[in-house]
Amino acid sequence: MKQLLWFFGIATTVKLLLIPSYHSTDLEVHRHWLAITHSLPLSQWYYDETSEWTLDYPPFFAYFERFLSVFANLIDPRIVHLHHGLNYKANSAIYFQRISVIVSDLFLLYGVYISTRNLPSLKRTLVWVLVIWSPGLLIVDHLHFQYNGFLFGWLLLSISFLAQGKDLMGGFLFAVLLCFKHLFAVAAPVYFVYLLRHYCRGGLVRGFARLSAIGAVVVAVFAAAYGPFVYHGQIQQVIRRMFPFGRGLCHAYWAPNFWVFYIMLDKGIAFLLRKAGFNIPTPVASFTGGLVGDASPFAVLPRITPMTTFIMVLLALSPCLFKAWRDPKPRLIARSVAYAYTCGFLFGWHVHEKASLHISIPLALVAVESLEDAKHYFLLSVVSCYSLFPLLYEAQEYPIKVLLLLLHTILMWFCFSALFPKNIATKGSLQDDKKSKGSSRTAAEEQRFELGWVAKSYLLGVVVVEIWGQFLHPYLLGDKLPFLPLMLISMYCAIGIMYSWIWQLKWIIIFS
Amino acid sequence: MKKKGEMKKVVKDKLNDGEHDDPWWWLVQKGIKSSFLCVSVFALFVRVAVGLHPYSGANTPPKFGDYEAQRHWMEITLNLPAKDWYRNSSVNNLSYWGLDYPPLTAYQSYIHGVFLKTFDPDSVVLFSSRGYESYHGKLLMRWTVLSSDVLIFFPAVLYFVLVYRSMRLGMGQNSDVAWHIAMILLNPCLILIDHGHFQYNCISLGLTLAAIAAALSQKDLVASVLYCLALNHKQMSAYFAPAFFSYLLGKCLKNKNPVLEVIKLGLIVVGTFAVVWWPYLHSKEDALAVLSRLAPFERGIYEDYVANFWCTSSVLVKWKKIYSTQSLRTLSLAATLLTCLPSMVQQVLAPSSKGFLYALLNSSFSFYLFSFQVHEKSVLLPLLPLTLLALEEHQSLLWLTHFAMFSMFPLLHRDKLVLAYIALYALFILVYFAPGGPSGRCNGSKTRDHSQTTKRGMEFISSIAFHPLVMGFLGLCSLILHVIYLTMRPPNKYPFLFEAVIMLICFSQFVLFTLYFNSKQWMLSKHLTSKDKQKKII
Repeated sequence: MKQLLWFFGIATTVKLLLIPSYHSTDLEVHRHWLAITHSLPLSQWYYDETSEWTLDYPPFFAYFERFLSVFANLIDPRIVHLHHGLNYKANSAIYFQRISVIVSDLFLLYGVYISTRNLPSLKRTLVWVLVIWSPGLLIVDHLHFQYNGFLFGWLLLSISFLAQGKDLMGGFLFAVLLCFKHLFAVAAPVYFVYLLRHYCRGGLVRGFARLSAIGAVVVAVFAAAYGPFVYHGQIQQVIRRMFPFGRGLCHAYWAPNFWVFYIMLDKGIAFLLRKAGFNIPTPVASFTGGLVGDASPFAVLPRITPMTTFIMVLLALSPCLFKAWRDPKPRLIARSVAYAYTCGFLFGWHVHEKASLHISIPLALVAVESLEDAKHYFLLSVVSCYSLFPLLYEAQEYPIKVLLLLLHTILMWFCFSALFPKNIATKGSLQDDKKSKGSSRTAAEEQRFELGWVAKSYLLGVVVVEIWGQFLHPYLLGDKLPFLPLMLISMYCAIGIMYSWIWQLKWIIIFS
Repeated sequence: MKKKGEMKKVVKDKLNDGEHDDPWWWLVQKGIKSSFLCVSVFALFVRVAVGLHPYSGANTPPKFGDYEAQRHWMEITLNLPAKDWYRNSSVNNLSYWGLDYPPLTAYQSYIHGVFLKTFDPDSVVLFSSRGYESYHGKLLMRWTVLSSDVLIFFPAVLYFVLVYRSMRLGMGQNSDVAWHIAMILLNPCLILIDHGHFQYNCISLGLTLAAIAAALSQKDLVASVLYCLALNHKQMSAYFAPAFFSYLLGKCLKNKNPVLEVIKLGLIVVGTFAVVWWPYLHSKEDALAVLSRLAPFERGIYEDYVANFWCTSSVLVKWKKIYSTQSLRTLSLAATLLTCLPSMVQQVLAPSSKGFLYALLNSSFSFYLFSFQVHEKSVLLPLLPLTLLALEEHQSLLWLTHFAMFSMFPLLHRDKLVLAYIALYALFILVYFAPGGPSGRCNGSKTRDHSQTTKRGMEFISSIAFHPLVMGFLGLCSLILHVIYLTMRPPNKYPFLFEAVIMLICFSQFVLFTLYFNSKQWMLSKHLTSKDKQKKII
């Protein structure tokens, strides 16, 4: 515990140092939400349009902002003023918001502590390093600015309760989490099936009693969150704000997911057909141009609707749901949740690159379980952190993100090689079983943490892509094809995430 | 499935094996160089993060601060021939941040100037770039410091740690070495001054550190070259001169042919100086012009509120009124030499590795406390040997770093670096008290060893210095003073009251520790001789 606090303390000092760094418009978004929740009555929260940054998170998050706004008002009333506060960039506002994120990370600390309580000490330390010093979380929360840390604390807490068999508590926490940020809902099918099969079992009567118990808990949570808005008859407006489907399939910078390949395929086929003499009209709305309207952005391939993505996510999830239905194991819940987020990330609608944290944070819990897990996690973590690079595009933060990734890679390398050292065979044979010397030696060869040449060359490719995007591209091509470096990054990372998805799928099908 | 079960078993066996007492085993298991890599990447990251904060004199025309001084030197060295760098002329107004560091700084400014010119030409144009500040200009300037740090200070630390380790001066465990590296690299004062306030101390301190390592590994000639380079980058490096001089002299005297050795060293020193000063050696006038720039005696015996003897005692004795600058100069020189004489004598008589490190500490503290024209930032110099002795002197390291930080607090507050100050201070404390680190674990074992043999002399001082009541009281005082300094305004009659109180507290501690370290250095030789005697008897 002392060591965990120490890790957290080091992370906190680094976060404090990073306060003056670049922050995205999300800082203003959250400041505006402080102002909305502080100066308007609840009935107008989801109607207000003073700024373009309307409230689009679920009610618990709004309550959370309301809670913070009390302190913000004490520090500087202008922060929470609906009109005078617009684009307010004084130190008081920035410091207050940054420090509120740092303080809310205490919940992440608690979540990590609870979920690693029963691990052996070395593994526990490694999980702490992976989560508390996660570079992705640092980049998204403390540079870019968002409140993800404490939400991941909830998620880890919920997962660890499920893993301990306290299903009701786990379900309750997940329901609360959904009312904080609905992006977490991707894992809801997994939770639903798992709870139905694991918690609500043991005969018809007992099962039904438990089903009604957990149903009552979930309904109570949602009532607490949405009740006031239902009372005001605004539930439709709230839903509309929360799910803005008009935004298009991809974000301005494409998240490294399946749709990147789809878009590229479309462009490739269109290009070939044009070469072959067909008259292919260029789509009005283009992905490289930014905003996407009603017109189809695809030249040849069929258009993708939110419904298509929804079905694809469910299809991708189905093996995992099937396994959870047939044999719900508490041990596997972290994997299943991470797998669900991977599916959501790969096939979802308007996915943001920040969502890759949903994969890497829960997976950190299982990364220390076996050598294969460690190898997979090493690759995934590097890719997911690298895919966040375009978030920080200014020169000032360039060394910061590079050093963060480098440090993380070094630490992971040390962690995993300490967990799976070279000379275990000699140790093992020295200890007791001299008979099984031969077998332990073969085991030793498998136990050593070492990346294969494919993984090595893939990681080397990350360096190449980065050097191309940062140095060679501006030098060789100048201002031509300005979108190419970002496209390369998302395509290259998409390969890594696809690999991770297939790996996880294989694991779920074969091992569980 | 069976195979999998076996694998699991092996993992379990291994884990039981791997559960060492040392919680840092996973980090340091790959050896010193890998842990150095890890710590140095983190240290570099911290430096970049501190670089996000403001520099000295940001947005404060007409004189700005040290940042502008360094930029101005780049502008001058880039656009003028070397002979005119130190000379007042129509194109080089020396009253506006005239170059007053030795030639190596000028060359370094030239190289960095070339770097700046390629990426941001406006920032180094003669005349028109005065007070130039921009987003990219700041970044480029920050990166010049970062690269100097990485190229000079970091390798020097690695060199020193390897030498120190091979000499078995430190303790055995790898994690102690990692902790030691972290203590040297994450020294908050150095990071704040170089990467926050803006200076290039990492170069001169890095060269000095490399020289120390070379001297410890018996490469005396290399050591003298490196130390001369350090001296030629910043004249403040002379704070270490008595220690280097006496240690190397002491070693020469032990040699079979002492005269030859001394001549060799002398030639090397003269040769290095000649190379560095080459552009100015063609006429006496040029050389004197540079020299007069290096010794700005007209600036008075002290500036601002530095925690040294002259400034502190000026509360009672108005030195500047009683004596002329000329006599103050001799007075301060005499005082400085007198106070570092004991440690010099000790090293000449019995040069030893550990003694050398203590001598560096003592001579730099004497200079800090008694020499002419000392700046708050000069406390970095005594801190360097202190961090090198981190494994021997845990408590002093913690305590003196605290007061060194405190003594610079008014300066850093002016630079708007309070946030970085708090964060780095917390970081230092955390790393210092790392769970399972040397500070907590073997607090007594090594020092107790010493204190048994050297009981009488040191007991008194260390009992005062490390008494929990005294430490607690002073710690509380300084904490309260920090808060008072930040929140309250001093009375109109004494606008610098708080600075004076801070100075007083810090000075008292520095004096106490100078006495303590001096006595410790002398006890060291007694300890050694008694050991020798024992050997002879056996």
